[in-house]
Amino acid sequence: MDFELNEEQRILQKTARDFLKKECPKELVRQLNESDTGHSPELWQKMAELGWQGLILPEVYGGAGWSFLDMAVLLEEMGYNLCPGPFVSTAVLAAPLLVEAGTEAQKSEILPLVARGKQILTLAVLESDCGYDSSVVRTTAVREGDGWVLDGTKLFVPDALAADRILCVARTGGDPGEGLSLFLVDSRDEGVSVTPLKTISGERQCEVVLRKVRLGPERLAGPEGLAWPMVRSALDRAAVARAAETVGAMRATLDLTLAYAKERVQFGRPIGSFQAIQHYLADMWLDILGTRNLVLRAAWKISTGRPARNEVGMAKVRAGQLGRKVTTVGHRIFGAIGFTMEHDLHLYHRRTVGADVAFGDTDFHYEEVARGLGL
Amino acid sequence: MDFSFTPEQLAFRKEVEDFVKAELPPDWDDQAVFWPGSYGTMPQMESEFQEITRRFNRMVGEKGWNRLGWPEEYGGRNSAMKAAIAGDVLSYYRAPAGGVAVTIAAPTILLVGSEDLKREFLPRIASGEAGFWLAYSEPNAGSDLAAIKTTAVDRGDHFVVNGQKIWSSGAHVTEYAWAIVKTDPEAPRHRSATLMIIPNDTPGVTIKPIINICGNHSFNEVFFDDVRVPKKYVVGEVNQGFYNVMLALQFERLAIGSGAFKRVLEELVQYAKETTRYGRPLAQDPHVRRRLAEMAIEIEMFYSFYWQSAWIQDQGRVPETEASALKLFFTELGVKLANTAVDILGPYGLLDKGSPWAPFGGRVALGYLDSISGPIGAGTSEIQKSIIATRGLGLPRAR
Repeated sequence: MDFELNEEQRILQKTARDFLKKECPKELVRQLNESDTGHSPELWQKMAELGWQGLILPEVYGGAGWSFLDMAVLLEEMGYNLCPGPFVSTAVLAAPLLVEAGTEAQKSEILPLVARGKQILTLAVLESDCGYDSSVVRTTAVREGDGWVLDGTKLFVPDALAADRILCVARTGGDPGEGLSLFLVDSRDEGVSVTPLKTISGERQCEVVLRKVRLGPERLAGPEGLAWPMVRSALDRAAVARAAETVGAMRATLDLTLAYAKERVQFGRPIGSFQAIQHYLADMWLDILGTRNLVLRAAWKISTGRPARNEVGMAKVRAGQLGRKVTTVGHRIFGAIGFTMEHDLHLYHRRTVGADVAFGDTDFHYEEVARGLGL
Repeated sequence: MDFSFTPEQLAFRKEVEDFVKAELPPDWDDQAVFWPGSYGTMPQMESEFQEITRRFNRMVGEKGWNRLGWPEEYGGRNSAMKAAIAGDVLSYYRAPAGGVAVTIAAPTILLVGSEDLKREFLPRIASGEAGFWLAYSEPNAGSDLAAIKTTAVDRGDHFVVNGQKIWSSGAHVTEYAWAIVKTDPEAPRHRSATLMIIPNDTPGVTIKPIINICGNHSFNEVFFDDVRVPKKYVVGEVNQGFYNVMLALQFERLAIGSGAFKRVLEELVQYAKETTRYGRPLAQDPHVRRRLAEMAIEIEMFYSFYWQSAWIQDQGRVPETEASALKLFFTELGVKLANTAVDILGPYGLLDKGSPWAPFGGRVALGYLDSISGPIGAGTSEIQKSIIATRGLGLPRAR
């Protein structure tokens, strides 16, 4: 057992802290929260110069070939700084899935562009029945000549408005488990329309409508009909990624709240000297310590190639629930000032609640853990 | 980062498992309750289990497992992780093992004890022969330990002790009090007391049972009337008692049973699979699935604290805030697990030991009652939170 980051991870963490503090101030976060795409091409390019988009992509495709655990370390710092943009969608969700599923031609074309910050990707899975089960996919891909025609409506597609390409899950056969395939859809393809969904979470969720979208055979990514297990693994990675961001957001919330509890005076003394407040803060600290352990353990399992479904579920449930709890308690301690737009606390709360429902909500992951118990 | 055990650690776990399975009576599970995260159903505290407790602990001693965390020069393995592994396995099988001697007295003597104390006590603690009880709380000194009234007056080569201790777990089944007593009542509170060892068989020591709400005689009230304690039994410096107790408390908070949580969860999962309610197995009820999944997650989180604390010790650091976190989480989890078990078992969950209809020999019913003790004993949950807030987070002390 070793609960410490290694030397490279500590450097990555330090670099991320320094970089994000300078390049991702709260003014930028707020400004992008108001924008359509939620994306800053300048920030994106600077992140690419640090090698972040390609951090876990293989070196042959221009990536750095680091581990998923390393990525979790980075994501925790991004969460701490509320780093906006399509990073998880591109660098965690879609690109590594393309590594697994894509053809050699697709990988050599797209992945180096991703690593250089020249291409943004996302994955479209959910539809109106928004469960993370292969049966929810009703979008069809029907053969036409040697190509395909896609029809359907995808919902809750993260960052689709900023994305150059959307990896799209569509049904190519009847069998719920085996009939799903992945297609590379270009947002400029005829018949594709992307509409942003207004959310309270600060995320860029989109509706993607596919109306008779004709794709050549080169757009099929991976073996026909066998996409689901690979998609599930991608969703698991993304779930841990959001959980890691949540840990960072929880840490930031504690730092903010703790500083406030030490300086805010009521009844002639700092409110942090009241046991009611102290116990809230002690609980927050404990929740963060435990959630972080579960998240890093899940990331470590994924990194070492061990079966991780159970640990992913545990990390996601706890990050989801305790992320919301910690930010909610932060609101209690700040009182009215934390309920204002000008204060930063709501930015963290929005992120954590968004992360909770993303990539399998609490009920979904509880059920995964129950299955892991043999129930 | 690495969340795996080394092959050596895995082999050690197997060795402890094989030993425990071979040495505990075949019907041990029907006898022992041992609810995790609680203090009132430990078999080693109960008179009826003393014969097996003593036999078992001597064998554990022969294996060298009472001193796994000690430095090598005292015959130890210098490995908190190994001690944690052994503790995990012993707890899983609800073995009548572990106590103040191994978890508090020995590490404190190693840190601040005189050479005489080391020579007299360490070998007998290692062999499982010397048992201790904690003489801390008094009728008017619970969370506020500095308010103790028991006095020790210096009479040259010995102290004369007068006063009363209470909630003294295991005083009736062990040999020595690990006692905090006032030696300088005029001094500022935190420099007024001394930690000392008082043999139970000294004239003037009277131990009276208190029956806890599980019906067990686990703790006592103990009276000291003109009890002569030789000065060589002082632990650390005179009037530095509170400092030494705080040091010892950190060990106490780490000395906890982990495996029993996992064991109860496994038993509940099995029960849910085998029990039919409303025409289907309980295991198919979404509420039951969720409750058990929730426990699995909490237990995993608890284990992360458990291994992390051992790891911190093996790095040569003292897990101060982490020790409080572990104690807090562990006892609150005992309550959650008990509530989950009663909710799943329904009326069966309240059937006491001895009822032919009681699942798990009545363990859930007694565990439910016992879980109340966890957040109270060894520093309440509220005290732990205050420690985390003031020492860990740097908040001003509450007045």
